[in-house]
Amino acid sequence: MKFLVNPSKFNKVADYIFLPVLISSIILFSIGLMFAFYLSPDDYQQGSTVRIMYVHVPSAWLALLTYAIMTLYSIAGLAFKIPFGFIINTAVAPIGAVFTLMCIISGSLWGKPMWGTWWVWDARLTSVAILFIIYLIIIFMNLSFENRIVREKVVAIFVLVGSINLPIVKFSVDWWNTLHQPATISKLSKPSIDPSMMIPLIVMTFAFIMVGLAIAILRIKTEIISRKSNLS
Amino acid sequence: MSLRFQRLLLILLTLVIILSAVLLILYNTRENVSYFYTPSEIDKLDIVVNEKMRIGGFVENDSFSKISSSSFKFKITDEKASILVTFNGILPDLFREGQGAVIEGVFVDNDIFNATNVFAKHDENYMPASIKEDLKDTGYWNKKYK
Repeated sequence: MKFLVNPSKFNKVADYIFLPVLISSIILFSIGLMFAFYLSPDDYQQGSTVRIMYVHVPSAWLALLTYAIMTLYSIAGLAFKIPFGFIINTAVAPIGAVFTLMCIISGSLWGKPMWGTWWVWDARLTSVAILFIIYLIIIFMNLSFENRIVREKVVAIFVLVGSINLPIVKFSVDWWNTLHQPATISKLSKPSIDPSMMIPLIVMTFAFIMVGLAIAILRIKTEIISRKSNLS
Repeated sequence: MSLRFQRLLLILLTLVIILSAVLLILYNTRENVSYFYTPSEIDKLDIVVNEKMRIGGFVENDSFSKISSSSFKFKITDEKASILVTFNGILPDLFREGQGAVIEGVFVDNDIFNATNVFAKHDENYMPASIKEDLKDTGYWNKKYK
């Protein structure tokens, strides 16, 4: 498992898995989108609008997952002085930002016909908007410091402070009255979604994971090279 | 205690302290963070006439009626209390009796809530439309689903 913290070992593993990851993301997307658009049934209340969920929910999960990974690597970078942690922070922040934006846009498109509004300032939507702003600040911080050593530390500390938003995003629908519905799929209870809708959702989630992983591998490798040649 | 472990402990402790501070703030301002009041929460509040607020709950069964082509009257309930709402405008697709809804507007007097916006609230249940027909055929359909 050394490849998770060691740049040259990471490069080796990444070279092996990059093509399989890319191909499986293409396959999973073709299957997932086919299910999402044609083979999955209409919802009993939402009709066809339910299909937005197959993009909305995976992108929301991936937005949170990306941030959680950045948090773990920030702790590793700061506490154990592992430089690879900072490499990850720089590389994956834009990926998380894009997933968050996709989640917000697809959610708005669903909200207009279903709720009757594009956007409300309830706890869930506001905390996700804050997550997006945190991602943007991390990206700008990564671009703004002259001194790399200082920049890495400041960014990692900011990532840690921002990680407090994660449980707030996750549990906002349980803690407060929100317009957004509570979680459909949770570990503790039987999911309140039919298998015919659950399967495309899971396929799409893996497709998102694979495409995110493929872009992450490319960005991390670029970051490793640019550090070696002292470009940043 | 090694230096690494000290740093790790410092980071984790700081995170726990900041997290508890934020959660304390949010917990104590939860009435402002919450997007709407339920009817039974409204019962305990002093109603200020003409103050903008949001109430949320289910549209009570058999309470919906049209006053004219674009103005409606219905009750919002949480099965403990209910509030009479009047609304002039366009209702969202999902709005129907038994369905969750969030209403934005003002109390015109102690009993009548005049809505400016109506949002339909969707629950966390997803079910294919065909199953609904099956359930109706076999008589297992729960009327609450609508």
